[in-house]
Amino acid sequence: MAYLVSHPDEVKIVSKRFGQSAANLDRYLELDGYNAVQKALAMEPDAIIDEVKNSGLRGRGGAGFSAGMKWSFVPKQSAKPKYVLCNGDESEPGTCKDRLIFEHDPHSVIEGVIIAGLAVGSRTGYIYIRGEYRYLSVIMQKAIRDAYSRGFLGKNIFGSGRDFDIYWHGGAGAYEVGEESALMESLEGKRGIPRIRPPFPAVVGLWGGPTVINNAETLASVPHIILGGADWYAKLGPPKNGGTRLFCLSGNVEKPGVYELPMGYNLKKMIYDVGGGIPNGRSLKAVVPGGSSTPCLTADEIDISMDFDSVAKAGSMLGSGGVVVLDDAQCIVKFALRTMQFYQHESCGWCIPCREGTDWLKKTLVRLHSGGGLKKDIDNMQYLSENMLGRTFCPLGDAAAMPTIAFVKKFRKEFEDHLEGRPCPYEKQGVVEQLPVLAH
Amino acid sequence: MKFSDQFEARFAEMLPHYPTKRSALVPTLLYAQDEVGFLSDEVIAELAQRLELTELEVRNVISYYSMLTTRPRGKYNVQVCTNISCLVRGGEDILHHCQKKLGIGNKGTTADGMFTLEEVECIGACSWAPAAQVNYDYHENLTAEKMEEILEKYKSI
Repeated sequence: MAYLVSHPDEVKIVSKRFGQSAANLDRYLELDGYNAVQKALAMEPDAIIDEVKNSGLRGRGGAGFSAGMKWSFVPKQSAKPKYVLCNGDESEPGTCKDRLIFEHDPHSVIEGVIIAGLAVGSRTGYIYIRGEYRYLSVIMQKAIRDAYSRGFLGKNIFGSGRDFDIYWHGGAGAYEVGEESALMESLEGKRGIPRIRPPFPAVVGLWGGPTVINNAETLASVPHIILGGADWYAKLGPPKNGGTRLFCLSGNVEKPGVYELPMGYNLKKMIYDVGGGIPNGRSLKAVVPGGSSTPCLTADEIDISMDFDSVAKAGSMLGSGGVVVLDDAQCIVKFALRTMQFYQHESCGWCIPCREGTDWLKKTLVRLHSGGGLKKDIDNMQYLSENMLGRTFCPLGDAAAMPTIAFVKKFRKEFEDHLEGRPCPYEKQGVVEQLPVLAH
Repeated sequence: MKFSDQFEARFAEMLPHYPTKRSALVPTLLYAQDEVGFLSDEVIAELAQRLELTELEVRNVISYYSMLTTRPRGKYNVQVCTNISCLVRGGEDILHHCQKKLGIGNKGTTADGMFTLEEVECIGACSWAPAAQVNYDYHENLTAEKMEEILEKYKSI
């Protein structure tokens, strides 16, 4: 079970029912549960879409695309069934927020899926949960069963004359499946190979039908927007960045944890006030601000507002909300290597720049870290990474290249310090133990 | 081949959830693996037949997902995360400690068939790092001592 933390600066919306046994349906109903769906049932579909658009809710999975806009792309008429797909494949290193939502407030996800369905004219939703989250699948399956037993799902929901079904679906270990088109492939019982776009899922998705795909946190935010109103939600954050975010603070901080803070919260404050600063008298070296795929920020770059646009302006991405803090005892080369080992392992091999690029970069980083690197390796890494950008079906290639470019650019000296057979200055006793290479 | 009643109930419940039979494949494979311990030739043949797929199509899917395995594993699969959040909080030390304690390397199984050790990618326990999963159970905020106690506990049950 995951642990809960608290800080006075938090604005608890998505997390307001955490720790209150809201997985229990009766308890959920006492805490405003299923009021949003009933309100949405009385609204026109376009009014729901406008409300979500105006709230400034942007995709919490990482891309930050306007949720309402995404819904508006679904055609009104469709010969094939339309679907809503909740992405709970949470696998971006540094991210552990959806886990808390599924554990503490599973019905809020169900509500979000139903409301999305009402908005786009779908009557079927799927909640995809990664295979490792077995205990959460059990919680979600029970929540779905309970909702059916009260008539909140199935035929004639809430006596409205409308039908809506939600089904659980489970993964079996694959980062790439978190990408929307690979997620659909996986749900269709295939390898999680990305699809080329266009057509986008909103037009041709699951089994060829129009499909809305949203992250679990995005969908869990929707009922609060329907109840509280778009204006209220939008004003919680800076312009075009409505609401709050579950920030997963991890790494070298005194008080790691998942904190719900308003969009635009200052990163420096997040690390030093909310997270309690760097332990053991160490100082800050770098921060990965939004999961492993986002370019790192140095200690001088952290006085920024944590919203999609400000972090993009600072040359990185708000991503999935995974804030990983590194103290000055961490070796950037090792960190870059572990990041690349991950992407090399997770690359599906469909697109050559990603398949070959991640493998080549990993081998180069292994060599560099063990002291066998050549000076030209450093420039080569930069060149290789830049040539992966934008040349793959899905963003996994970019996700591997972007952080690597930043590590090399911002910490070049550290890479140079590993050259010419020098032992890694950060390894204990100067002994470099090579990372065990994972079998594919 | 025969699966448990629980498996059959789950399978029967899941199939009508999708417009194609094949869609039930990934979760069904994991449930079958939980029961048998690994995806044996027999399991693959059975599921291929039930979902109207070729065995090759089923194997093709199995090889993509890192939790699925066609080789037997120990009773307890010890999965230690060493990805970035765990790395900076000593995840590798936990892995090395397990290697020493169990006397096996990555993806190795102890001679008594009790434990398999695996270095895994992010398991979504970043804020409670370093972390490991034993089968599906999460163990978080680990230290070498805590990990040792955990292994002892599993050994005794």
